[in-house]
Amino acid sequence: MAASAIPGAIPDELAHRPGRDTWLHVLVRWSLIGVSLAFLAALLLAPLATVFVVAFGRGIGTYLKTFGDEDTRAAIGLTLTTAAVVVPLNTVFGLAAAWCIAKFEFKGKSFFITLIDLPLAVSPVISGMLFVLLFGAQGWFGEWLQDHDISIIFALPGIILATMFVTFPYVAREVIPLMQQLGNDEEEAAITMGAGAWMTFFRVTLPKVRWGLLYGIILCNARAMGEFGAVSVVSGHIRGLTNTMPLQIEILYNEFNFVGAFAVASLLTLLAVLTLIIKTLVERTGYKRR
Amino acid sequence: MPQTSFRQPSVLPGFGLTFGFTTFFLSAIVLIPLAALVLMAASMQWSEFVRVVLSPRALGSYRLSFGASLLAASINLVFGFIIAWTLVRYEFPGRKVIDALIDMPFALPTAVSGIALASVFAQNGLLGHYLSLFGIQVAYTWIGVTIALTLIGMPFMVRTLQPAISEVQRELEDAAETLGAGRIYVFRRIILPTVLPAMLTGFTLAFARAVGEYGSVIFIAGNLPMKTEITPLLIVIHLQEFDYQGAAALGFVMLVISFAVLLTINVLHGWGRRHLVATAH
Repeated sequence: MAASAIPGAIPDELAHRPGRDTWLHVLVRWSLIGVSLAFLAALLLAPLATVFVVAFGRGIGTYLKTFGDEDTRAAIGLTLTTAAVVVPLNTVFGLAAAWCIAKFEFKGKSFFITLIDLPLAVSPVISGMLFVLLFGAQGWFGEWLQDHDISIIFALPGIILATMFVTFPYVAREVIPLMQQLGNDEEEAAITMGAGAWMTFFRVTLPKVRWGLLYGIILCNARAMGEFGAVSVVSGHIRGLTNTMPLQIEILYNEFNFVGAFAVASLLTLLAVLTLIIKTLVERTGYKRR
Repeated sequence: MPQTSFRQPSVLPGFGLTFGFTTFFLSAIVLIPLAALVLMAASMQWSEFVRVVLSPRALGSYRLSFGASLLAASINLVFGFIIAWTLVRYEFPGRKVIDALIDMPFALPTAVSGIALASVFAQNGLLGHYLSLFGIQVAYTWIGVTIALTLIGMPFMVRTLQPAISEVQRELEDAAETLGAGRIYVFRRIILPTVLPAMLTGFTLAFARAVGEYGSVIFIAGNLPMKTEITPLLIVIHLQEFDYQGAAALGFVMLVISFAVLLTINVLHGWGRRHLVATAH
């Protein structure tokens, strides 16, 4: 519901219209373009440029030295591990949710969809806090977990749970409307002609929704690797153990190790750029977000 | 498989499996944790709840969080419209790249935009340096908070407005101009009524996102109690002191206020649509 990009060029008859080239029109047009570019330059391009300027400010050697640090490497490893667990699980969930919502009519469906979208309306800090309230030392199950020597908060399971919460709807909300729009005719034909359920899913449905699925997965992955607030609450910031890349950025920055902080940030910035490139390419295939 | 009137019959298989899996996953990851928050807040004594959520420090944080979010969403209302208009209506070099870049605040981790904004707007930073010549201090003040919230709300506004602006009927604009209407009149009576619902939606989405924002704000805010401390940060501080109930109480208040705002604007949205359609005829 948030986005609907408009790929492709503006039709000629709209961009260059006869009678629209008086000096006033030209002035208005270029003022508005100027204001837009200035706004985006100050808020978006200046910060992006700063990331790389500071990261490489003391030469490429200092930049690379950041990644020789064991704690930083551990943070990169933890971020990759978290994403490797969270993204597949949320993908399976998204496909299951889309199948039961798009293929069947049942009571309370729109309420069901609202519940799936709920994490989008919750502050990241509150998302993380939910799991602290459940599994933290003073939480509902805190004592029981302590007695059985299980750690969830300030450990990997907590980080995974918090990340799963914040990225929960990403795949589902791309695939559900797409599957609804594409309809059931082909699946019904396949089943009627004797194809099995899994064969129908893998050979008929999955190819139909592949671009929407890819779109959801890359957005889910970007958020999973970049989540800060929710993970910050459950992680405990133990160096080399429970620091993800965004948390490592915070620590380095607060220690005034700006080159280090921005070097790690540059990796995440590249991930964001890559995400946008894939997203643009997917949109080029004709897939459009609703 | 449930074979009641709960769902309509279908030849397709897999409803039981997928519905069961979805419900289980939804409950485990979203619903039970949210219930834990409500229960924790409900387990407090009423007087204790009121003491926490109406403490001067909490009130100060609401003022900043909600005030700066409203201001940021309002700034986006103006600039988001101009950007969306420019991208939909004008052809200029680099338009497609700019269009793709609009989603950058979505894709960029908040910690990255946080430290980058703090550096750019610090007193010796790229832009903060020039602003300080005019006596404007951005970093570590409420202005910095507003700028961070403006950045992360921007894509919501632009992406909501783009399809609405492309739906404005050029024929109506042309007809009005032929009949002698000025640009401002055309804007007020033709363009604005068409895009107003989208503006409200974009405003709501940008506001809702800004209220809960944490990562991109804490680096540029000074985090001083009563002055530059946002509510999410106050929650984190309560959690660090193992005051789970206090944190849950504040979280509960934030959730309630956010949902109330979303609901109010949805109601306004419906009213505005009817009202505008009525005046347009």
